Amino acid sequence: MTITSPPGQEVSPIAAPKAKSQGGGFLRYLITRFLLIIPTVFILITVVFFLMRVTGDPITAAMGGRLTPDQLAARIHEAGYDRPMLIQYFEYLGQIFTGDLGRTLSDNRAVTEVLTTYGAATLELAINAVIVALLVGIPLGLVAAKFRDRYPDAILRILAILGYATPVFFAGLILKLVFGVWLGWLPISGRADWETELTLTGLQSPSGIYWLDALRSGNMEAFWNVAMHALLPALALGLLTGGVFLRLVRTNAIGTLGREYVEAGRSRGVSEFRLTTKHAYRPALIPIITVMGLQIAMLLGGAVLTETTFEWSGLGFKLAEYLTARDFVAVQGIVVLLAIIVAVTNFIVDVVAALIDPRVRY
Amino acid sequence: MTTPTLPSSAGSRFKSLPVISHLRMSSGLQRGMLVAGLVLCAVFILSALLAPLLAPFGFAQSSDASGDFPRQAAPDAKFLWGTTSTGYDVFSRTLFGAQTAIWVILAAVVMSLFIGVLLGLISGYLGGWFDRIMVVLADAIYAFPSLLLAIVMSIVISQGQSSLFGGIMAAAISITVVFIPQYFRVVRAEVMRLKAEPFVESAQVIGASPWRVMFTHLLRNATRTLPLIFTLNATEALLTLAGLGFLGFGIEPTAASEWGYDLNRAMSDATSGIWWTGMFPGLAIVLTVMGLTLVGESMNDLNDPRLRRFSRKKAKRITQSAQAGASK
Repeated sequence: MTITSPPGQEVSPIAAPKAKSQGGGFLRYLITRFLLIIPTVFILITVVFFLMRVTGDPITAAMGGRLTPDQLAARIHEAGYDRPMLIQYFEYLGQIFTGDLGRTLSDNRAVTEVLTTYGAATLELAINAVIVALLVGIPLGLVAAKFRDRYPDAILRILAILGYATPVFFAGLILKLVFGVWLGWLPISGRADWETELTLTGLQSPSGIYWLDALRSGNMEAFWNVAMHALLPALALGLLTGGVFLRLVRTNAIGTLGREYVEAGRSRGVSEFRLTTKHAYRPALIPIITVMGLQIAMLLGGAVLTETTFEWSGLGFKLAEYLTARDFVAVQGIVVLLAIIVAVTNFIVDVVAALIDPRVRY
Repeated sequence: MTTPTLPSSAGSRFKSLPVISHLRMSSGLQRGMLVAGLVLCAVFILSALLAPLLAPFGFAQSSDASGDFPRQAAPDAKFLWGTTSTGYDVFSRTLFGAQTAIWVILAAVVMSLFIGVLLGLISGYLGGWFDRIMVVLADAIYAFPSLLLAIVMSIVISQGQSSLFGGIMAAAISITVVFIPQYFRVVRAEVMRLKAEPFVESAQVIGASPWRVMFTHLLRNATRTLPLIFTLNATEALLTLAGLGFLGFGIEPTAASEWGYDLNRAMSDATSGIWWTGMFPGLAIVLTVMGLTLVGESMNDLNDPRLRRFSRKKAKRITQSAQAGASK
């Protein structure tokens, strides 16, 4: 969640494979970068596994106090948690490779099923939030750059800091109070009314992303309902990320606005508006794509809090539920999935950045 | 340019302290932001220090001599900011919350600073396989959502719930694990750069041990940017603490007052239009984070000569003294 990224983050030997870009440079970059996902994911799985087991086995954590010591020991033995840690670890790794993450302890569901059921909801929230963030961040960032060090800029900078300083759950609380309770305009929890939810989940091969499903089935009423429910969570999470985008666009646009080619455009009589929105804007966008990748991690963390705030039944909401139930098998599964998502997104972002800007490839 | 002088008297040493020197350098809007940030930080620190004196009630007090406190009572003369659903006084809890926050911030930042800087120094200076492993590990942790990592850590440390000291330490350690990679990266990058400088080489030539080079020569030079990271991380520590508390992984409400936990409780109040239980702890978080961010931001801008703004008067003085220096 750093606003100013700490200096020195570009000096990372593993993130900078030195390959001369001649002919097959891009393919080589693609492969090297792809292979780098493996250690990242592997380390995270290992760290999470051992951390979660240091304090004891999941069954004692979930059932301790509710079962007699004998029953507990029997359950632990049955699940194999009394074997040496290393054997359990390698077994877990093997399971992950075959796509099996075990079964949850609290409600006995396959972890993979939990992930696919609730993953779509989190994806929907993340997409909505990114849309809000881009709609807010880019235009306002350009305005701030254009009016650098004057009042619009000062106000926008303070707003951006305010966006960063407000935890999503507090933003959510205010939005709920104002638009849900006092004005009564918008629903304050859930992803849709239950009738709508029933219609949408009853569709043939639903994607799980409600607005997409509603659009595909041409059900405008359901789409409207989903959109109304999605607005407040998307705002709460999107404004947080939007503040970061605003600052980034501002800094980069200030850099490009001062370039000679913009001055050349001005001397040719190009309008100030066009100079800002076309000439200075395009090159300022490249860093945003890179930072969006870094923001994914923050977005997922924020999603956990946003989903809990708005009772949005996605991965984060379930994660909080499983945490309360001390169901650490489920927690571990969700955390591993999120780790993979973060690693893969960073890969995609790096590739896109390399496609746009060949200098990244080295 | 003004001729550089060695800090000779106590006065000039005082003037060259981080925040003071920045304040002297600033002007206009930048000074406004810095001052606003400092004021907010001062309010935060003062309310933490003076909470026992200022708060009319204890943070877990739900009754006094005249009987039980009313539940969810609106703000009035006795309960300035109202009461919660468990009958606690919101004003007192918000004040005591600053205490918890400051403990966690200090513990987290000090621990991560110590470990992160140490690992960064060793890793950057010695290099080799240790460096490789540390970098891969730090990168993997850095890429991971910090809140999730903090959740995992708090499970490990306290199984989720704990007393005052245990809770504060659990939150602080959870946050520390997230921060170590950041300090590590910054210090390591600096050390890598400084390693090639002549003063390091000359120290090596006269036979200084690796430890001596690291701790007397490199440490001071590699930690220049840290005050800035400190303010940024303090905000992150506060937000992570609040996030943990909001998810129910913080400190028990009877052990200490914590803003995130109070906001969690306030969520259900909000649906029935009760605003005071959430608004005040929430505003406390926002204002504290804003204060710290404004200070950090302004210091960042002032450290960067390209972003520094001078008032007209000051700019004139600088050009004049530069001309005077050139004509001599």
